[in-house]
Amino acid sequence: MNKLRNRRSWAFLGMLMATTVMLNGCGGGDNNNTSTEATAAAKTEAAKPTKNLPKHPVTGETLAEKQVLVRGNGSEPGSIDPQLVEGSVGGHIVRDLFEGLTNSGPSGETLPAVATSWEAKEGNLVWIFNLRNDAKWSDGTPVTADDFVFAWQRAVDPVVASNYAYYMEIAGIVNATEIMNGKKPPTELGVKALDDHTLEVRLSAPIPYLAIMTSHYTMFPTPRKAIEAHGNSWTKPGNIVSNGAYQLVEWNVGEKMVSKRNPHYWDNANTIIDEVVYLPIEDQSAELQRYETGEMHFTNTVPVSQMDRLKREKPDELKISPLLGTYMYQFYIPKEPFGDVRIRKALTLAVDREIIVNFITKAGQIPAFALTPPYTAGFESTEPDWASWTQAQRDAEALKLLEEAGYGKENPLKFEVLYNTSEGHKTIAVAMSQMWKEKLGVEVSPVNMEWKTFLTEKKAGNFEVGRYGWIGDYNEASTFLSLITTTSGNNDGKWSNSEYDALLEQARFSENPNEQYVAAEAIIAKEFPIIPIYYYTNVALVRENLVGYAVDNPQNNLYSKDMYIKAE
Amino acid sequence: MLNFIIRRVAVAIPTVLILILISFVLMHSAPGGPFTNERNLPEAVMKNIEAKYDLDKPAWQQFFIYLGNVAQGDFGPSFRYRDYTVNELIATSFPRSAYIGLWSFFFVVVIGISVGIWAALRQNKWQDYTVMTAAMTGVVFPNFVLAPLLVLIFAVELRWLPGGGWEGGQIEYIIMPIIAMATSYIAQVARITRGSMIETMHSPFIRTARAKGLPWRKIILKHALKPALIPVVSYLGPAFVGIITGSVIVDQVFSTGGIGQHFVNGAINRDYSLILGVTILVGVLTIIFNAIVDILYTYLDPRVRY
Repeated sequence: MNKLRNRRSWAFLGMLMATTVMLNGCGGGDNNNTSTEATAAAKTEAAKPTKNLPKHPVTGETLAEKQVLVRGNGSEPGSIDPQLVEGSVGGHIVRDLFEGLTNSGPSGETLPAVATSWEAKEGNLVWIFNLRNDAKWSDGTPVTADDFVFAWQRAVDPVVASNYAYYMEIAGIVNATEIMNGKKPPTELGVKALDDHTLEVRLSAPIPYLAIMTSHYTMFPTPRKAIEAHGNSWTKPGNIVSNGAYQLVEWNVGEKMVSKRNPHYWDNANTIIDEVVYLPIEDQSAELQRYETGEMHFTNTVPVSQMDRLKREKPDELKISPLLGTYMYQFYIPKEPFGDVRIRKALTLAVDREIIVNFITKAGQIPAFALTPPYTAGFESTEPDWASWTQAQRDAEALKLLEEAGYGKENPLKFEVLYNTSEGHKTIAVAMSQMWKEKLGVEVSPVNMEWKTFLTEKKAGNFEVGRYGWIGDYNEASTFLSLITTTSGNNDGKWSNSEYDALLEQARFSENPNEQYVAAEAIIAKEFPIIPIYYYTNVALVRENLVGYAVDNPQNNLYSKDMYIKAE
Repeated sequence: MLNFIIRRVAVAIPTVLILILISFVLMHSAPGGPFTNERNLPEAVMKNIEAKYDLDKPAWQQFFIYLGNVAQGDFGPSFRYRDYTVNELIATSFPRSAYIGLWSFFFVVVIGISVGIWAALRQNKWQDYTVMTAAMTGVVFPNFVLAPLLVLIFAVELRWLPGGGWEGGQIEYIIMPIIAMATSYIAQVARITRGSMIETMHSPFIRTARAKGLPWRKIILKHALKPALIPVVSYLGPAFVGIITGSVIVDQVFSTGGIGQHFVNGAINRDYSLILGVTILVGVLTIIFNAIVDILYTYLDPRVRY
């Protein structure tokens, strides 16, 4: 039987090849056509003879002649308008095309970009950003403070309808909330151009980390002239004007986007990559295959199913780095018995995170015992005491708590865990159900739903324990901790703790908010509104001759301008 | 004939309207909306977005606004790709799928029919068994297996062909998409042709032709072929629409940027306007090609008249 099947598939392969040869014949000499950059990029590097190749101006390394970077970008961006874009896919492109006041450096540090310096006055309520004189748009006109005013007003303008309008509210900019609600015109926003190169920002709360927040795309400047001339189509190649290191020249939905060096960029002299190709390949296996053809410099991610093989075969290309994000489950508190903290604690303790990260996710994820990742900037974490226990101790405590709460073999706790349909989430949900069952005798049924159905059901409170994941918007603890305040739109579990809310409110007015953040985490560690499971990592295959891939950036902010391709 | 066309158009218009209505209702009754996101938006932000896209209006009003726009050829803005209109998305992706599709269709017709006839004329001989084995393999071999396998062999291992992309539809970029697209259709057509040809060869009029002593070639080409093709044509009409409107697998595996990706992504993303746009496109094409099939019948079968 098996043999027969094999023989058939070989016959079939033969047939395929015959067809290919035939097709090749039909095409005539087309095969000799100059292949386009996307594919030729990687191939030509390999076959370069050692002729007079350029050297890196600083390190002196020999550079590949063709500096065309081909990046795996995961999916098609929803938009590349800085005020409309959301998520990492669009973010990668927008960070290449545009530049904000600050950048997020290779290790997540805040670096000057269009702003050369900034100062906070009146106890952080007024911020002055000094912009560089040589920043220019890709049409050669200077980038001025006015461009930021225009962009920030767009971000909160109800007519523009930005998903990230609330980002300006988090940043505490005067009148952001009122403008979003249509109560004041966008011109009332607390941001002003004192002159062409000085931007003044007025805050309603003394946010100490405003400069960090300006590296986010929502706060990037946008070109008034191009937007007024082309309306919704301003981001299309030919219409778009951008102030970053690159300008968009091609956009084919589902195939690729291509950007070329912006000759007017202030740091153009130090930019080495000439052209960037972004491949929106959603299917992880397809992306991996594309990488293995040698057509790409780095992938967006790596399929878990291939992780073991890649660790073995390509250890030098497989890059794993912590990502600012937490994978967790949340309890729906109003539903009995999840109002009982003992049950929440028992279920949290009994999850063996080591098993999940070592045998399921396999990509160096870090077991999580708190909501905020410990490597978040300015966050001095303190882990809960049970983090240092052995799993056996945790299990024993969990069993005891569950018995105290009145559940045991005769009266087992029964509930559903809800997750969105995906192989990875499924494996974790099943493994956790199994752990709970074996250790605590709990009867769990994992239920999966298609993504948008999952979100709708969860928001409506139709769940008991549900999967939850969060990637930080900015490198500061409040991006995580504010998720589960009583009024947060993301608090689907409806957990509410007035002390916690007060701490986060105080943090907004605090010189050193770390104090409040640690106290807030301490409440989470007592109350168990969520089950932290692991902190995300970013996994990618990166070709060895690509230099400057920022492995250590916790937000996976990868600026093409910081990379270059070495000659092989 | 004119009468036939008028009748067809008269039926087509309500059909398309019903299609739009059903798709609209189905889409809007799916849980969540285009802007449902893990990041729950503050109410004010959500309101602004909904107002921008008319989603704050009652569903029936949205439906009529949509119909009005469609009547003017405007399929509206895409919700998922906020920088694009549905017209723009279809205008760039459909020609790509159609290009791959037309080539695929060419091979489906030429290879499928000739192989099918060949097998039929050698019924129960080894040639027949070989062709039918290959055809069965082709039918049961799904393209989500075939497509990655092609990439693995020809792009990753042999490096004869690029692993994906479009690049203006250059030959090396479309070979694998065409194979992935055409294989199962070729197999289907070969099977149908063979079966129908065998049946025709056993019919009385062929026996008569042979009794008259007509040459073999003439019997097949002049008498057997036409009636044998009727079931093939019935299959090819709708299949043609399926082939030229692409496949999500082909688009995903080969990054061709075709229209196939929009069917699945449109539904997953609740991109109401995009999914309605591609549904209408397929609906209209299906109606047109079914009509063409009906016209072809009159040519293939003298008994059919309109």
